[in-house]
Amino acid sequence: MNSFEWTEAKTVEDAVARMGGSSVVKAGGLDLLDRMKEGISTPARLVNIRNVAGLDAIREDAKTGLHLGPLVTLAQLDASSLVRRRYTALADAAGHAATPQIRNVATVGGNLLQRPRCWYFRSEDFHCLKKGGDTCFALEGENQYHAIFGNRVCAIVHPSATATALVALGARLELTGPGGKREVALEDFFVTPEKDVRRENSIGEKELITAVRVPPLSQGTRSVYLKQGEKESFDWPVADVAVVLERSGVRCTRASIVLGAAAPVPLRVRAAEEALEGRAVNEETARVAASAAVRGATPLSRNGYKVPIFETLVRRAIMAAA
Amino acid sequence: MSEAQQDKATTNAPASAPTGEPPVPKAAVEEAKKAANKKPEPATRAQLVPAGIVGAKMSEIERAVPLDEPPPLPLNSELKVIGKRVPRVDGRLKVTGAAKYTADVRLPGMLFARMVTSPHPHARIRSIDTSAAEAHRQVRAIHILDRVLGNAELRDKSKELPAKFPIVRFAGQPIAAVAATTQAAADEAARLVKVVYEPLPFVVDMDKAREAGAPLVFPGPADQSGSAGGGGGPAGVKQKGNVRGPVRSGPHGQPPGDVEKGFKEADVIVEGEFRTQVQTHSALETHGVVADWKPEGLTVYSSTQGTGSVRDELAEIFKLKKSQVRVVTEFMGGGFGAKFGAGNYGALATHLSKKAGAPVRLMLDRKDEHLSTGNRPDSVQKLRIGARRDGTLTAIHLQSYGTAGTGTGAGTAGPAQNMYECSHISTEESDVFTHAGPAAAFRAPGHPQGCFALEQLIDELAERLQVDPLALRDKIDKSDARREERRIGAERVNWSRRHAPSADKGAVKRGIGVAQAVWYRLINLDSSVEVRLTRDGSVELLSGVQDIGGGIRTALAQVVAEELGLKPTDITLRIGDTAFPNGPASGGSMTTGSITPAARNAAHKLKLQLLEQVAPALDTTPDHLVMRDGVVSRDLPSTSKAYKSMTFKQAAAKLQTEQIAARASRNDDYGGFVFKNEKDAFGFGIGTYGGVQFVEVAVDTETGIVKVERVVAVHDCGRPINPLALESQINGGVLQGISYALYENRILDRNTGKMVNPNLEQYKIAGSRETPVIETILIEEYVGRNSTDAGGIGEPSTIPTAAAIANAVYNATGVRMYEIPMTPAHVLAALKGGAAKKGVNA
Ligand SMILES: Cc1cc2nc3c(=O)[nH]c(=O)nc-3n(C[C@H](O)[C@H](O)[C@H](O)COP(=O)(O)OP(=O)(O)OC[C@H]3O[C@@H](n4cnc5c(N)ncnc54)[C@H](O)[C@@H]3O)c2cc1C
Ligand code: SF4
Repeated sequence: MNSFEWTEAKTVEDAVARMGGSSVVKAGGLDLLDRMKEGISTPARLVNIRNVAGLDAIREDAKTGLHLGPLVTLAQLDASSLVRRRYTALADAAGHAATPQIRNVATVGGNLLQRPRCWYFRSEDFHCLKKGGDTCFALEGENQYHAIFGNRVCAIVHPSATATALVALGARLELTGPGGKREVALEDFFVTPEKDVRRENSIGEKELITAVRVPPLSQGTRSVYLKQGEKESFDWPVADVAVVLERSGVRCTRASIVLGAAAPVPLRVRAAEEALEGRAVNEETARVAASAAVRGATPLSRNGYKVPIFETLVRRAIMAAA
Repeated sequence: MSEAQQDKATTNAPASAPTGEPPVPKAAVEEAKKAANKKPEPATRAQLVPAGIVGAKMSEIERAVPLDEPPPLPLNSELKVIGKRVPRVDGRLKVTGAAKYTADVRLPGMLFARMVTSPHPHARIRSIDTSAAEAHRQVRAIHILDRVLGNAELRDKSKELPAKFPIVRFAGQPIAAVAATTQAAADEAARLVKVVYEPLPFVVDMDKAREAGAPLVFPGPADQSGSAGGGGGPAGVKQKGNVRGPVRSGPHGQPPGDVEKGFKEADVIVEGEFRTQVQTHSALETHGVVADWKPEGLTVYSSTQGTGSVRDELAEIFKLKKSQVRVVTEFMGGGFGAKFGAGNYGALATHLSKKAGAPVRLMLDRKDEHLSTGNRPDSVQKLRIGARRDGTLTAIHLQSYGTAGTGTGAGTAGPAQNMYECSHISTEESDVFTHAGPAAAFRAPGHPQGCFALEQLIDELAERLQVDPLALRDKIDKSDARREERRIGAERVNWSRRHAPSADKGAVKRGIGVAQAVWYRLINLDSSVEVRLTRDGSVELLSGVQDIGGGIRTALAQVVAEELGLKPTDITLRIGDTAFPNGPASGGSMTTGSITPAARNAAHKLKLQLLEQVAPALDTTPDHLVMRDGVVSRDLPSTSKAYKSMTFKQAAAKLQTEQIAARASRNDDYGGFVFKNEKDAFGFGIGTYGGVQFVEVAVDTETGIVKVERVVAVHDCGRPINPLALESQINGGVLQGISYALYENRILDRNTGKMVNPNLEQYKIAGSRETPVIETILIEEYVGRNSTDAGGIGEPSTIPTAAAIANAVYNATGVRMYEIPMTPAHVLAALKGGAAKKGVNA
């Protein structure tokens, strides 16, 4: 790890003023320090926002919905009875990520902005496309954990579990920069490799996530998050799925289905949603929707096995939300 | 040729008479040499010793026991300390963090070091420029390796163009090291060493390496000198391209029979091709040393399984007397077979300490650990078994290939050669060189691989013969221990409820499987102990033997305490230091069987000395005295008039000198060995260890996830000394076996030859949630071969797990797993391809 300077931000404005160039924000620091230890990120200065007051609230308002401060930890999301009761998919996404120790430190802001886990990206031995090199080593290499959709340029999967759930829940981000605040739908925040292979989202260099908002859910909405890793402890998903179903009687009126660990961005699968909307939710429609969810997948040499797993998880998640 | 025969061949080299002295007849010289070489047979007494399995078949048999051996120990049920569940004497130190491991050693003025390693799998080094690193303000020394330990070496060096620096043969190969005043500075300076490489063609895939025209790892035949305690294949094997072998004999020589004939005699033949992956040792504590070079000698704190073997290797490299090298391992965080030698890191740290005139700490990081310190070779095994209709095996034929990277020793034939009775066995094991880190001995080298194939095919045979897999094993397995273990385990797991393959409805299918182990009774005769008693009643044990986590410290305390009638906590244990009497390396499941008899013998001698001195005060002779519960007394009921006693402390206070001491080494097994290697004092004991494991799994056939829900592990290890520690060992063996079967895999990028998962995140190891209910059952088996009759457990406990899981998966799904790790990718492919991938039945 290179030597670096450590600074403490007192307020959001203070943090924003110190950011940019070779200064980088540190929240929980899990992702950032991992990259620094491997020598793939070499910031000259860390701006610690962990002690900025007022960024760790969880509140709900009937009109505006759920408000999360960026410093809310995954452990807090998992433990909050409010989140668990009303936004179950988010509580489960947070609660099944990583390990208890990591969840105690990991913040939701950092979780959304963490860099990909592609093993070529994470190793200083490989100077790949995403790091400014000229090849993607995964396409013809060891790609068992890589993307099965949108994988023509760079085959990372988006690593954030909370993003999978939050996109399905229609979350929006509040970003604060030198010019003030802006809001963006989380779904539109992520950037595909085709657009810019060097980044995964559109946050500005001097912008901070200052809130995550989930719009109010209509009565009877159910949300489910399912994760399948090779192991249950200390492991990433090979597939994860969030399903949000709004219903009127037995009929599904609105569905939101998102695949995580499938593509470079959390992937909303509209064909699957359409297969449910206006229909009764049962084994048969779940099966049709699940098969629609994986239609058009373009697996690489070693990750074809992920397709049936996604199909299974989507079907099981729909049935669990029914 | 067996190792014993080889040994004779070298020790009988012709003697030449020294010049300038009257000629001595050659025959007389030979006679004298023979006499000197041949140790006089020790005088023995005939003695009855307990033999058999408690609860099954017990008897007494007669053994010729050397006169200086103590009387036989009664069964565990009659003992006070041995065979009881004793918490580790150092447990508190460990859980409170007070125990100091190698990484915790801090010496005044100590420097920190970092290795420079190659990013290329095969390259010639054009130049190394250390000037920028030297200019670093905090750097104190730099050393470039001139020889790489661990890699095999060409038999004929002229086959390769001379090179200024060692040829790089795997990505991660150590090249140099830098010592600086802080770890951060050493890390930084290591990056400043500029190495110019000429990359060469490489091959990291075993199948590709076998092809004609594959890039060669060595341009001619090469051998790896195995480090003490294991690893490395036999030397001098024929080699073509990257393929070295086949080797047809095992430790007992070539197996008997003519398999062609055997297959002709068979009514049923089963066969299959099985594949296993490379597993890295991944001990929690990485390899590392603190080396402290002083003009008068070298002290090295090392995370090692062999204080003695590290001392010997460093003495050789640095041309020091063994007495000038001291190696210390007070506490150790796991080894599994990869920590016997000095290692490149040990040599580098010592060079750096010598150059800098200061102690140097060099602990490897996780990446170095995965790349360059050893691994379990992979394998592809073609196995064919023939049997008569009644189950009698007529032929076993194994052809196996495995890559130990730049090392040797990828054979898998142990189980096929030793598990079952069969009159025609043929095994052909070949090593395949690849440009990957050299293998090292790994918990039962070759056996988990071999078992994965053998035990699945035995199950398949049972199915073909329409008999229960346990009944078939009862028929073809001559081991009494395993027979009893099968019986006990079947009862515990409730085997009779086991259903036909794939009987469960629904996506999640459950099944039960079984597999068994065979392991050798290896003994290291260079196992010595000193026991001291001081006038204040304190007892000390000293030995070079190191506790690598198995709990030998506690076992030694128990044995000495039992002999002296004390408690284990009464004994002060000083071990893991070559300043003490030589201890055995901890490997091959031989530590307990090697060192506890020496400890008991030393304690017994000490006891005799003490009793000799206190007998007069108790109005009797030593042979009428007993020591128990901290009291020395006449061997009479305490109600008897003539009964007399004193406490152990009072007895010690009567010593004529401040301290008495006794020392003993491991004697030969009573009745001798199958063979004995005089050179490294290594005995191959009569008989084997067994071990049978039953596994229950749940297979999600839609996601391919295999979950082990329960393991019943029934094992034998001679006389159990500390059942508590033994259970820990078995739990560890089972977990490592589960991890091997389902998760672990060293993945090398096929295009660059570099490892893509050199960490503990993507190199996946079973964690808390992958841990099933593990029920361990120990049987007590007495063989009467030494004064404690104890054996080992480390290796047998991990051998059968993967095979048992595979058999359980078959029982759950009706599909056989021919490849591990059984990841969702493999399982889904097998379920889909099912029949297509099935081994061909003749
Ligand atoms: C073994 C292991 C397993 C894991 N498994 C999972 C898993 O299953 N699912 C999962 O989702 N994650 C998993 N993780 C990742 C972990 O959850 C993330 O690393 C963590 O959430 C990052 O949060 P942090 O607060 O530590 O981020 P940091 O490391 O502090 O920050 C990450 C990045 O975001 C930036 N940043 C942070 N906060 C803000 C902000 N408010 N505004 C602007 N920029 C900001 C930082 O500059 C940095 O670049 C795993 C990690 C490990 C080590
Ligand atoms: S998938 Fe993306 S991050 Fe990984 S090697 Fe390819 S370009 Fe780099």
